[in-house]
Amino acid sequence: MPDPILKLNSLNAFYGDFQALYGVNLEVSQGEVLAIIGANGAGKTTLMRSISGLTQNRADMVTYRGDAIGALRADQVAAQGIALVPEGRQLFPSLSVEENLMIGGQVGRKGPWSLDAVYRLFPILKERRNQQSTSLSGGQQQMVAIGRALMANPDLILFDEISLGLAPIIIKDIYAALPGIIGEGMSALIVEQDITKALSVSSRFYCLQEGRVSLEGASATAAREDISRAYFGVE
Amino acid sequence: MEWVNAVVQGSLLGGLYALFAAGLSLIFGVMRLVNIAHGDLIVLGAYLGLTVTTLLGLHPLVALILVVPTMALIGYVLQRGILNQTLGKDILPPLLVTFGLSVIIQNALLETYSADPQKMNAGALETASVSVGGLSLGLLPLLTFGIAIVVIASLQWMFYRTALGRAFRATSDNQEIAQLMGLNRRHIFGLAMALALGVTAIAGIMLGIRTSFDPSIGGGRLIFGFEAVIIGGLGNLWGTLIGGVILGVAQTIGAKIDPGWQLLAGHIAFLVILAVRPNGLFPRINE
Ligand SMILES: Nc1ncnc2c1ncn2[C@@H]1O[C@H](COP(=O)(O)OP(=O)(O)OP(=O)(O)O)[C@@H](O)[C@H]1O
Ligand SMILES: [Mg+2]
Repeated sequence: MPDPILKLNSLNAFYGDFQALYGVNLEVSQGEVLAIIGANGAGKTTLMRSISGLTQNRADMVTYRGDAIGALRADQVAAQGIALVPEGRQLFPSLSVEENLMIGGQVGRKGPWSLDAVYRLFPILKERRNQQSTSLSGGQQQMVAIGRALMANPDLILFDEISLGLAPIIIKDIYAALPGIIGEGMSALIVEQDITKALSVSSRFYCLQEGRVSLEGASATAAREDISRAYFGVE
Repeated sequence: MEWVNAVVQGSLLGGLYALFAAGLSLIFGVMRLVNIAHGDLIVLGAYLGLTVTTLLGLHPLVALILVVPTMALIGYVLQRGILNQTLGKDILPPLLVTFGLSVIIQNALLETYSADPQKMNAGALETASVSVGGLSLGLLPLLTFGIAIVVIASLQWMFYRTALGRAFRATSDNQEIAQLMGLNRRHIFGLAMALALGVTAIAGIMLGIRTSFDPSIGGGRLIFGFEAVIIGGLGNLWGTLIGGVILGVAQTIGAKIDPGWQLLAGHIAFLVILAVRPNGLFPRINE
């Protein structure tokens, strides 16, 4: 296996005194799609925040291409090529659709993604480009959130519950677009409540339970009863 | 005709108040910081102008070339060095710290320049006037009003048409997510304060040409700026200009009735508008 692009080394993460992650070890190789599953409050979002720098930890707990980045600020992590599609989309309401996309490109990394490329992927956004981002439907807002992250031309992209609150048909569309997004050499971490969906798009998965990794393995061969045990913690 | 004159003179005075207010509005819009030291920073701008004009023998308007960047630099350093540390969920620390800053600036000015009133000499500009339809309009108030329009139009353009303005709006919307976009909010806030103090430098110099000033007058300028912002509606720059005009007109009309009523009339206009429209006349509309 090639050297991992991202490694979590016994990651502990806190909100003040409250510990949300306990000794999480995880690896992502170049070009790999990894699924993170787990019940509500298991620590999935905290994991994403810790990787992207929104939650800062001890430096060596997160290594990216061999560099300790655990203590960097989010803007510094972004410049290294990690982008997050945050839970709940979190578009900028004062910015138009196009401005939301352009601000994603602000880090100035070179690569295949540009306004045109995002509009080719999601043509509806081109029609809506001068509208306020808040005037869009949930699915369209999610497209903007994804496009905004792609505009940074990341090497590693993190998706936190991209199907949250969306109609099934929209979810299907977004997942259909996913291979084209992750495509060329980009690595991805996908947090998803829908286990079947998560396993179908990933090569490996990690299951979190109360801040700890309770199960990891290959997505294709995962046994459902093992997963439900790891998911809910029932014996 | 006398009343028409009062309204016109008051409107032009409003240009100066809009200049007082623009920096205040910008800072509040981007980082929700209420800068109590804003008035004293205006006065600092006036004194820096005085120093430049007396040392180098420059016309006050030419002195802007030096004073604007100096104030901008002070703004950036102030923001990164002190004010960023006070920003958070609690709104009290920035109020207390900028209040402290206000006291420090006043005392430093007192030490350096003494309490004697000073004035900048702008030569013929101070007395020149043009006659329009029977009204005699001072060139200086006209110029000040023109500058206010240019400053507000430029800020508006910067806010809605440039990458920097986009970064300001995004950071104002959601600091965490803006950080994910590679924007360091501490730097962005530093730039916003630099820009605000650049505008403040212009306000200070126009003030220092128009009237005499001493280290203690900052508080009054803060109030005028504040009232213009609130009347116009928070976060709306053109509203701020209209707020300044309303304040200026109320003051000149008040003074017309009785010279002692000038300031009171301005405050009353402010209170009436606040009572009728608590969010100001034109609260922030998303353009
Ligand atoms: N800002 C916060 N302050 C304090 N505790 C928090 C904060 N955010 C999350 N937590 C706690 O940390 C734990 C992990 O939360 P996290 O949001 O990472 O879970 P999650 O797996 O993403 O859940 P969900 O599926 O609901 O999104 C939970 O117990 C949660 O209550
Ligand atoms: Mg979550």
